[in-house]
Amino acid sequence: MTQKSRDRLCEHETSVLIAQRNHLAEFSLFLINAAGDIFLEKHWKSVVSRSVCDYFFEAQERASEAENVPPVIPTPHHYLLSVYRHKIFFVAVIQSEVPPLFVIEFLHRVVDTFQDYFGVCSEVIIKDNVVVVYEVLEEMLDNGFPLATESNILKELIKPPTILRTVVNTITGSTNVGDQLPTGQLSVVPWRRTGVKYTNNEAYFDVIEEIDAIIDKSGSTITAEIQGVIDACVKLTGMPDLTLSFMNPRLLDDVSFHPCVRFKRWESERILSFIPPDGNFRLLSYHVSAQNLVAIPVYVKHNISFRDSSSLGRFEITVGPKQTMGKTVEGVMVTSQMPKSVLNMTLTPSQGTHVFDPVTKLLSWDVGKINPQKLPSLKGSVSLQAGTSKPDENPTINLQFKIQQLAISGLKVNRLDMYGEKYKPFKGIKYMTKAGKFQVRT
Amino acid sequence: MAASPAYGEEKGGSSSLGEPEYGHDPASGGIFSSDYKRHDDLKEMLDSNKDSLKLEAMKRIVAMIARGKNASDLFPAVVKNVACKNIEVKKLVYVYLVRYAEEQQDLALLSISTFQRGLKDPNQLIRASALRVLSSIRVPIIVPIMMLAIKEAASDMSPYVRKTAAHAIPKLYSLDSDQKDQLIEVIEKLLADKTTLVAGSVVMAFEEVCPERIDLIHKNYRKLCNLLIDVEEWGQVVIINMLTRYARTQFLSPNQNESLLEENAEKAFYGSEEEDAKDAKAEAASLAKRKPYVMDPDHRLLLRNTKPLLQSRNAAVVMAVAQLYFHLAPKAEVGVIAKALVRLLRSHSEVQYVVLQNVATMSIKRRGMFEPYLKSFYIRSTDPTQIKILKLEVLTNLANETNISTILREFQTYIRSMDKDFVAATIQAIGRCATNIGKVRDTCLNGLVQLLSNRDDLAKAGSLPTELVVIKKLLQMQPAQHSEIIKHMAKLTDNIQVPMARASILWLIGEYCEHVPKIAPDVLRKMAKSFTNEEDIVKLQVINLAAKLYLTNSKQSKLLTQYVLNLAKYDQNYDIRDRARFIRQLIVPTEKSGALNKYAKKLFLAQKPAPVLESSFKDRDHFQLGSLSHLLNAKAVGYQELPDWPDEAPDPSVRNVEVPEWTKCTIREKRKEKVEKPFYSDSEGESGATESADSEPESGSEESGSSSSSGSSSSGSEEEEEEEEEEEHSEEQSEDKEEEEEEKRPKRKEKEGSRKAAPRSVGSPSEEEEEEEGAKKSKKKKALQGRKGRAETSSEEASTSESSSSGSDSGSEAETKRRKAPPSSKAGPKEISLLDLDDFTPPPPQPIPSSSIVSTSLVTDLEGLTLTDTSLTPTLLSPAFGTVKTYELLHRMAGEGLAVEYCFSRRPFPGDPHMVAVQIQISNNTDAEVKNLRVSEPKPLSGMRIQEFPEIESLAPGDTASVVMGIDFCDSTQAANFQLCTHTRHFYVSIQPPVGELMAPVFMSENEFKKEQGKLTGMSEITEKLTLPEKCRSDHAIVQQVTSAANVGRVPCGASNEYRFAAKTVTSGSLVLITLERREGGLAQLTINSEKMVIGTMLVKDISQALAQ
Repeated sequence: MTQKSRDRLCEHETSVLIAQRNHLAEFSLFLINAAGDIFLEKHWKSVVSRSVCDYFFEAQERASEAENVPPVIPTPHHYLLSVYRHKIFFVAVIQSEVPPLFVIEFLHRVVDTFQDYFGVCSEVIIKDNVVVVYEVLEEMLDNGFPLATESNILKELIKPPTILRTVVNTITGSTNVGDQLPTGQLSVVPWRRTGVKYTNNEAYFDVIEEIDAIIDKSGSTITAEIQGVIDACVKLTGMPDLTLSFMNPRLLDDVSFHPCVRFKRWESERILSFIPPDGNFRLLSYHVSAQNLVAIPVYVKHNISFRDSSSLGRFEITVGPKQTMGKTVEGVMVTSQMPKSVLNMTLTPSQGTHVFDPVTKLLSWDVGKINPQKLPSLKGSVSLQAGTSKPDENPTINLQFKIQQLAISGLKVNRLDMYGEKYKPFKGIKYMTKAGKFQVRT
Repeated sequence: MAASPAYGEEKGGSSSLGEPEYGHDPASGGIFSSDYKRHDDLKEMLDSNKDSLKLEAMKRIVAMIARGKNASDLFPAVVKNVACKNIEVKKLVYVYLVRYAEEQQDLALLSISTFQRGLKDPNQLIRASALRVLSSIRVPIIVPIMMLAIKEAASDMSPYVRKTAAHAIPKLYSLDSDQKDQLIEVIEKLLADKTTLVAGSVVMAFEEVCPERIDLIHKNYRKLCNLLIDVEEWGQVVIINMLTRYARTQFLSPNQNESLLEENAEKAFYGSEEEDAKDAKAEAASLAKRKPYVMDPDHRLLLRNTKPLLQSRNAAVVMAVAQLYFHLAPKAEVGVIAKALVRLLRSHSEVQYVVLQNVATMSIKRRGMFEPYLKSFYIRSTDPTQIKILKLEVLTNLANETNISTILREFQTYIRSMDKDFVAATIQAIGRCATNIGKVRDTCLNGLVQLLSNRDDLAKAGSLPTELVVIKKLLQMQPAQHSEIIKHMAKLTDNIQVPMARASILWLIGEYCEHVPKIAPDVLRKMAKSFTNEEDIVKLQVINLAAKLYLTNSKQSKLLTQYVLNLAKYDQNYDIRDRARFIRQLIVPTEKSGALNKYAKKLFLAQKPAPVLESSFKDRDHFQLGSLSHLLNAKAVGYQELPDWPDEAPDPSVRNVEVPEWTKCTIREKRKEKVEKPFYSDSEGESGATESADSEPESGSEESGSSSSSGSSSSGSEEEEEEEEEEEHSEEQSEDKEEEEEEKRPKRKEKEGSRKAAPRSVGSPSEEEEEEEGAKKSKKKKALQGRKGRAETSSEEASTSESSSSGSDSGSEAETKRRKAPPSSKAGPKEISLLDLDDFTPPPPQPIPSSSIVSTSLVTDLEGLTLTDTSLTPTLLSPAFGTVKTYELLHRMAGEGLAVEYCFSRRPFPGDPHMVAVQIQISNNTDAEVKNLRVSEPKPLSGMRIQEFPEIESLAPGDTASVVMGIDFCDSTQAANFQLCTHTRHFYVSIQPPVGELMAPVFMSENEFKKEQGKLTGMSEITEKLTLPEKCRSDHAIVQQVTSAANVGRVPCGASNEYRFAAKTVTSGSLVLITLERREGGLAQLTINSEKMVIGTMLVKDISQALAQ
């Protein structure tokens, strides 16, 4: 036994008994914009001075880009955990051990909730609705422990602002806070608010699949996988109990559910059975098993060269459809980060518009639809900074596209049934395939 | 005054906030504009009578707080409004109070009485919010009040208030840690709470107040495991982390056996010397004992119940389960977490960051786990740098001899990236791969050197030093073979301008000057020429090189060395001057300093150990994975070390609970728990319902075939589960059950098979079986709909009871009816409503061959009897219903005007097929309202479980209420005792079931019946001869008597003088077969076959009594 392990053994004997934790559950939240201004702070226990954010600003300065700010920053007395979304840093300040994902996931949930409440989540919106934001935050966390994070419940506690309500409130002086105390928290289905009523009962499901792929220089696939989600918009009266079954559930390799889905039923029958939350929610995320080869719906032909001798380079790319199951590829967008030494690009697209930003060196080409008869291409020359030798990496090409009415994995919903309510709902299912992180190396 | 600077800010702030301007309010516009001290205005507004003014003021104050402005001088004005009726004002006042109470303690006390009142409010939500605010006000003087409030709330009726109490515990504890002992008492009490709402919060309180009191968990361990899936997601994280720690103290390492064989093998194979304390210890332990390891059933329970949570949408939950598996599961099972972790990599980049850190640590220990997902760690140019570097780390950890070539190819792409930090990290990674995998060392080295020479200095200056450093390290491993590379690098000195790189090359040449004897002096010569223009670090290395050369090859380099040393002597940098002086003394022998001179060679040219390139994640797993400390690789405040496995397992019986509910019926208990929060639980009971409704006309026979098979598969899984559980908690009682299960399952499968193979041959056994399924389903559906019992069933059931009753000829009828059923369910999602109502009106478009028969059986069903009867006339059937006996639970006198009766409704209890449904009729004969009628403190005997009926809020005088409760009698006729409570009184009552109610009818064919009967002979067969009285000799009378005595189903029989019935006991599902053979002269022989001998004996007695009447 090594010395180290022996030490750890000794520690073990005492460790069960120590761990007196006094300053737990301190939780403060700072919202910081891109310019580094703290525009909102909320403390759930004692007030933490905002000077603690200086550590964060330091890290922000060190990181060249916002996304490179480490999500966890230790300071002498606190730990700063942050997420960066919608150009806002949500920085949580805690004082002691806590699973970092617990905090990070919670912060993301906060952002999701704001987005759900206000449509968009931006600095302006948050400032405009600071009271609602404060009330929501107050309900979401109690003493460092998440309390109500289901948007259905929250909306019952604190009504989201609407234009009409704002006007009415101004005139009557009434409030956003629900005067009826919510029952949802106490109900058996904590994610659904009670007493939902609609005149048109509708349930829409969007099956959206994203292809994540890396294609190498020669056009062969290095890695490709399909991530899918089923987003639902359910507006049904009462307490409907839905089941959704697939023609080919075996395709799904790895799934994660909204808490409303009955896990056992899925395990035994591969049927999604659930009482849905009211409104929009993500029912399911899935991953299509790796055994199924992924059809790559587009290809990119490229010829990019920087000549050593001259300060000019050639640039030519063509995008074409590949395995599209007869559907049109649309919303195609090509972006590429050019090397630093590229000064400018003179390009002509056969369709669509293109922009090259000489500061960020980002080339983007909005292609639109791909017409298989006349493939879109972008050709031209690249001027390089004089005196420097050629960059030894060719830029990678990032692709975005959309294919309507197609789930590339072949997943198909068999049927959707509703129980527990008597009316006949309107049901709809939409399929879509999109590019996820789709990269072509050149 | 502080107010005036705030004025300007406030003004700007509020307009930017875009809230309705105060001036918009016509009532108050005037007050304001003339006043320049904003806070005074606010005070005035708060003092006004208008809620809208108060609200506006509070909104502004909250906005100030949000922006970090000081609003403390408003405290007196705000605190007055704590009793405001307007709920939003009140809420905002709460927000304010919580923020400033600590600073203004005296004034804060003014608000306390309001909260104390709130604590007594009849509305649970008001009680809860009062407690929440009260406990958030950090004023030490109110500690006793808080303590009292928490204690009271902990025994509140409402689980929501109890949850709030749990939240308040750590708050009070942080305010005054002297309260610890009292708080622990409260925690102990709340830990015993059985609602999912409370579980997460109380464990959180436990973790903060008394994590060392692991003994408090023992009694609640199994409950927590079972509740886990229904707890809200944040609570799950806390519970899982706590249970991980618990398991580490209570169970033995599941890997101790393998650790001997596997660990050693693995070590030898990978040549890694890593061996952490855990394994070492486990090895020692197993060496000492050599006892075969058997996993504690509770350990298994934990693993099994956490696994489904890997499917959670919440990354924190997934991570918590992953770390639990990593720390607790047997090696062979840890693999399941890989897929879920890889899934998390598609989440937000912050989540990726944390997950990758953990994956990096895991992949060192268990490389195989992530190997199949290698490609998921490939790097995209759009990943943030910190993610790239972590992915690189994982890829390097995963590299082995089989996949190294793919990985290296991938690395080659990365090397040409524009991201300099990333390129440097890639080169490091290549270096590590090269050190770990000998096979590719040369390839890597050559690749790197090549890279080096193709390099253009300026463009790639950033990564060059790393590259050289890596090469340097690689060369150090086998310098002898690589003199070519060293030569090559020597040539590079002409081109490379980066000081760090030059310095590295010089060091290399100096170190290995013996391998390149010709080149080294030449390099020194060149360097001496440019010495004065070099950077400091290069100069130092030049001096080093000179010294080393002087020692090995003094003939060629003596003069050069002296020249360099002389140059250095007059250098501007004192470090270099010092170094030169020091080296001169050391290597050039003089009279004064002879002593060290002879050791000079040893000093300079000592064998230097090859550097170890290893992961920074190595050994990080001594921190609990998923923790902050692990992420930072440093102990965070409040981190609790994950204890090591004990050598000897502590007594497992501590987890047994006095009321042996948990011990025996963990799984069933789970079901019960779920009934309380019946979301997931009904998934079992309900499965049938959806399927029977599924049958669409176009899918005809196929559909119903598949539906019934899936129905049976679901029931199969139930059985399996049961059996699993029995394996775990093997007690004497369950052993025989297990055998029985064992026996039954293959049979079931066989049936299933035959069903699939032969689609519906009329009247064949398989069809019967199917019908049985159908019947079950429709019954379940009834349960689902939860109607108070009157009226519904599906037409399918009608056909079932029909066909099984009227033997051979009814087959075709059943067929037609089954065809008839679909149209009614055609309406898609509306099916359920059709089943409610449309059964009463025969669907018009279909020709019904024998509508009278249909309605007959419908009547039967509607009347609540699921049993079948041979007799086809409705008149004969109704008496059968009349025989449902009611028993008295509480007499009017004893109950002080409250009369309670119960009967066995003979329908499956919704949510739990193992419970007997007891219908309870409560009538209020008093002249006052009876409130809060409920069951409390069930004191069931061992294994017995009671599912209370939902509380009846109030019962008006003269009213009668009917409720259903479920009791699992465990196949015994022991009485179930419990208390019936009203708002004023408690009554002790008990329900004792007749043996005939402990079973549910089973439908089987004659052949099956015979087959089963054949298996249950000998001890399991009880026969009694009896004489039937005169009035009880008709077919109908006999059947009626038997079915009223016991809840059994008729089995068709060829012989006219024989009657057969079959049932299954509700709890264990043991078959009970009844045969009555009528002989001449009123004589008869009753035979009962059941392996539950006690039940058999009692049933014989009951039936013969019934027949003798």
